[in-house]
Amino acid sequence: MTVMQHIWIVLGVLFVFLNIAAGLIWVERRLLALWQDRLGPNRAGPLGLFIVLADTLKLFFKEDWIPPFADKWVFILAPAIVVASVLMGIAIIPFAPGIVVADLNVGLMFFLAMSSLGVYSIVLGGWASNNKYSLLGALRGASQMIAYEVFMGLSLMGVVMLSKSFNLTDIVNAQKGLWFVVTQPIGFVVFFIAGLAETHRLPFDIPEAESELIAGFHSEYSGMKFGMFFIGEYLGISLISAMTATLFFGGWLGPAFLPPVVWFFLKTFLFIGLFILLRASLPRPRYDQLMGYGWKLLLPLVLLNLLVTGAIALWLRS
Amino acid sequence: MSLVFYISSFIAILSTIMVITRYQPIHALLYLVVSFLALAVTFLSLGAPFAAALQVIVYAGAIVVLFIFVVMMLNLGKQTAQQEKEWLQLRAWLGPSILSLVLLAEMAVLLLQDAPEAMPATVVTPKQVSLSLYGEYIIAVELVGFLLMTGIVGAAHIGKHKKKSLHRFLQTYPNLN
Repeated sequence: MTVMQHIWIVLGVLFVFLNIAAGLIWVERRLLALWQDRLGPNRAGPLGLFIVLADTLKLFFKEDWIPPFADKWVFILAPAIVVASVLMGIAIIPFAPGIVVADLNVGLMFFLAMSSLGVYSIVLGGWASNNKYSLLGALRGASQMIAYEVFMGLSLMGVVMLSKSFNLTDIVNAQKGLWFVVTQPIGFVVFFIAGLAETHRLPFDIPEAESELIAGFHSEYSGMKFGMFFIGEYLGISLISAMTATLFFGGWLGPAFLPPVVWFFLKTFLFIGLFILLRASLPRPRYDQLMGYGWKLLLPLVLLNLLVTGAIALWLRS
Repeated sequence: MSLVFYISSFIAILSTIMVITRYQPIHALLYLVVSFLALAVTFLSLGAPFAAALQVIVYAGAIVVLFIFVVMMLNLGKQTAQQEKEWLQLRAWLGPSILSLVLLAEMAVLLLQDAPEAMPATVVTPKQVSLSLYGEYIIAVELVGFLLMTGIVGAAHIGKHKKKSLHRFLQTYPNLN
């Protein structure tokens, strides 16, 4: 691959994902409205699509205020971390044979590392705001994300065992016969739940619970700094959806009547839809319920899954 | 690759110095994160991508988050920064500086003597790491497991306390929570 080709791939991936993230503003509101029996934004432009433009312009032109009691530099740094870490995670996803930004041999570990760095945006944002609600949100976010990172990593190890590689291209190629969702159903479910918690989406949006914490860690943010948290969340949804499609649903693999990239994005959009459906249908658990659910149910389940997968893999080999 | 190594190790040293000299604890911890990330890049340039990824996941992604968590809970304000300022006087720097200057001089002599041209960068794959962990070093891994288990048991013991129900309904039905 020449350098120019590589640069085009990088720019293309950045363009596509930032546009998906912006477009999700409209997609999410329309889908939520559909499932809640309302109309949703349908006035500006065809099907209400220009709401994206209106919303983005609003965010850009709002006053970008830094509270005088905040820790200025950490306050500015926090929203940048969330977008940067998610975009770094996107770099390892193979969209089609040959279309990948960084084909790392420890790709899966890199993804986990980047998603574990994302927690800093919540913690630092909440702390730097110097506001008790933000601090409470940050504390909740930190413990939630550290806990669910454990299950996310462990749920993926079954996939690594079956494909014998951390490289995502190898993992997709190992699914040519059978998707891993069939052989690793528990891994898939736990990964998706952990992904929900990592992106702190409803029903796991406890760090920003509006009803108790007034938006939690980002209640002091305004303008484009808030916009970064907003876009970071949508990018996180896209990343987790794309990773689910890659790891458990065969990535770009599919019948030949559509090109591989189309298959990849179809699967990704299916999971983005699932994210939004979960938001529309599930209530938020209490904080101790969330932690208890994680440590008492998901952790034993995922360890058992690992044990059984390892045993079967060894048995098949001998 | 050796240029990457030198740049990242320089950043690691610089950020570690910043960790020591910051007055505000959270700022110090932020520099600690940078130092860990620089160390990860150093590992990567030496041909150990697996160790680099683990460095980021475990140290930068989990342990420092817990440090920040604790510091946030303590709610250290300007007073602590003032106290740190008083503790960090120039006199305290004298001893450590002399010792590390001696080390620096030794390292410079050794580096100039051999003048290593290319670093021996053999890439260590995850498979090799796990084979040696569960082969040669199995006893160390098990011992660390024991140690962590004791830590967990201790934390569970300290954290356990009887639930006090102040409401009369909850006192009659203790399972109702």
